[in-house]
Amino acid sequence: MAKLRPEDLDRIAERMKRVMALREGTGRVRITVHMGTCGIAAGARTIVTTLLHCLDESTVQDVIISTSGCGGLCSREPMMTVELAGEAPVQYVDLTADKVKRIFAEHVVGGKVVRDYALAVGSEQTV
Amino acid sequence: MKTYRMHLMLCAGTGCVSNGSFRIKAALERELARRNLEEEVAVVTTGCNGFCAQGPVMTVQPEGIFYQLLTEEDIPGLVEEHFLKGRPVTRLMFTPPKEQAPVPKMSDIGFFRKQRLVSLRNRGLIDPEKIEDYIGRGGYRALAKALTVMTSEDIIEEIKKSGLRGRGGAGFPTGLKWELTARQSGDGKFIVCNGDEGDPGAFMDRSIVESDPHAVLEGMLIGARAIGASHGFVYIRQEYPLALERLNLALSQARDYGLLGTDILGTGFHFDVSVHRGAGAFVCGEETSLIGSLEGRPPEPRIRPPFPAESGVWGKPTCINNVETWATVPEIINRGAEWFSQIGTETSKGTKVFSLVGKVKNTGLVEVPMGITLREMVYDIGGGIQGDKAFKAVQTGGPSGGCIPAPLLDLPIDYERLTEAGSIMGSGGMIVMDEETCMVDVARYFLEFLRDESCGKCTACREGVDVMYQLVSDICAGKGEEGHIPLLEELGQAVKDGSMCALGGTAPNPVLSTLRYFRDEYEAHIKDRRCPAGVCKALITYRIDPEKCKACLLCVKSCPQEAITGERRKPQTIEQEKCIKCGACRDVCKFEAVTVQ
Repeated sequence: MAKLRPEDLDRIAERMKRVMALREGTGRVRITVHMGTCGIAAGARTIVTTLLHCLDESTVQDVIISTSGCGGLCSREPMMTVELAGEAPVQYVDLTADKVKRIFAEHVVGGKVVRDYALAVGSEQTV
Repeated sequence: MKTYRMHLMLCAGTGCVSNGSFRIKAALERELARRNLEEEVAVVTTGCNGFCAQGPVMTVQPEGIFYQLLTEEDIPGLVEEHFLKGRPVTRLMFTPPKEQAPVPKMSDIGFFRKQRLVSLRNRGLIDPEKIEDYIGRGGYRALAKALTVMTSEDIIEEIKKSGLRGRGGAGFPTGLKWELTARQSGDGKFIVCNGDEGDPGAFMDRSIVESDPHAVLEGMLIGARAIGASHGFVYIRQEYPLALERLNLALSQARDYGLLGTDILGTGFHFDVSVHRGAGAFVCGEETSLIGSLEGRPPEPRIRPPFPAESGVWGKPTCINNVETWATVPEIINRGAEWFSQIGTETSKGTKVFSLVGKVKNTGLVEVPMGITLREMVYDIGGGIQGDKAFKAVQTGGPSGGCIPAPLLDLPIDYERLTEAGSIMGSGGMIVMDEETCMVDVARYFLEFLRDESCGKCTACREGVDVMYQLVSDICAGKGEEGHIPLLEELGQAVKDGSMCALGGTAPNPVLSTLRYFRDEYEAHIKDRRCPAGVCKALITYRIDPEKCKACLLCVKSCPQEAITGERRKPQTIEQEKCIKCGACRDVCKFEAVTVQ
């Protein structure tokens, strides 16, 4: 290992930023993949793998990927919800790896909702 | 570092390790592999999380879900439900005492809510065995700042302005100590990290070294830069194997990265650290004894002055600070003296780490702002007394400290308030006692410890503490006499006056403080031959209340002396000649029929 210079500390910290954002639970974007039995059967695991792959290849650091149970709309699985800080969550349905890549590029990185794949904007009401 | 979607922050502090966290780790890795999740979910071992009572504990990030009391059998279900299907498992969450619903998030649990982490800033967020994790949390930035943009005077000024005081016990202003050492001429100055934590029930220093060794090293490096030292020692107990292992690993990582050794960070600054393992004598916590031990001499204190700042290790100017003090330094340099001095009270700035133990529900390692009240410590963080018994006292400062009684529960914790109350801050041990604790017995326990640990150099400490121990033992044994109390007070003062170091100087504190607040208990032992808390065996008798006894015979089975007899389906009785007062019958009785008088 080469001896560090002060600027190398910043470089290492930058590399660790994604890890630390995850551990501190802070992020600009939160993506939730629905992982009920229906979701998994329809291919939700591939969706998660694709997302992690997208994240690996991109330079964005502040994205958190999490999973949740069945979204309740089993016929439209795999589904995921993308939520940018301060904006309403957007639900995407009938996903494939290619669709996820486009959503990642346009919505997660670019901040623009991909209307072609979106089911609805907002969460269900709970009483 | 590889991208995962989830990090399982599994506590691998000594407490959780002894409860099996490495077995949990193996089970998690096995199960994650079986579910093909090993590329998505990472298992990270961290230092002490603090909530030792509930160990093994694990926090799931990014959600912040807190799991506790984990067993290997829980793991397959947990992996499938939560880590695969995203449904947190409520069964494994923490349910606060007196509440029905489990609390999923760590930040919502009372034990954690009132804490403020400065020394423990990386707790549960880093793997202490990975230097990249420490750097990822801003580690070694303070060192870079101290080496590139600050002068020695700037650093000392910053520490002085922050109001940081020594966390090892005496509370001497850290900046002033550094200034005194820096002012000495000549080279070959030394830095020492005092990790000889000897108080019964205290584990702050061990936990800091185990969970964040680089924080301690960075603090020492900054101190070395400030006073102009080129070598440092970490004096740590041999009985802390995990802390030693992680410290040595941290040292070798820091050397590889050029953060220790020659030309640190390319700035031309040289400093290295060696580890000295102590054999575990309480007196080695005293700085001049510690120096003796470092040099290979018997650990006996010597007269000060000269202070170590003038003549310390091998006669060279030496700056000794405790583990927690060193770990706090980088954060002060990073965030500034003003930030630090806003936390705490007028005379005691910042935060303090305590090991909260004894009869509270939530035992563990906590860091709180100075000025927090004892009540908040015991009830909000500690969750109240076990079995909802009555609170009696809290013992702070270990064997050198004293007991603070219930009427002073609203006392804010800082150096001066604790001293006024007859105790000391000490290094941060905090032992909570309930109504079933006998204060005379507590004083006897600490005297016994100190009698063993006295180095023997000063007659007042060596002989005086022993006589005090004999007197208090006599009181516990029902042989106390009227004259014992004034004699104890007089002896206590003599031991304080006639001892050279703080061990003897504070040894009478447990007796004097219990005499101050619990004199009636001493008097009950002496005059009425009665132990009000029902602890001192010579003064108590166990009886079975015939009104309450349901003749279930559980006590009969539990009695090792076969001292409990009686007819079938009739209340039982205890034969006093056979009874050894072990209390086994009372522990098993479901009807509170066994009473102690």
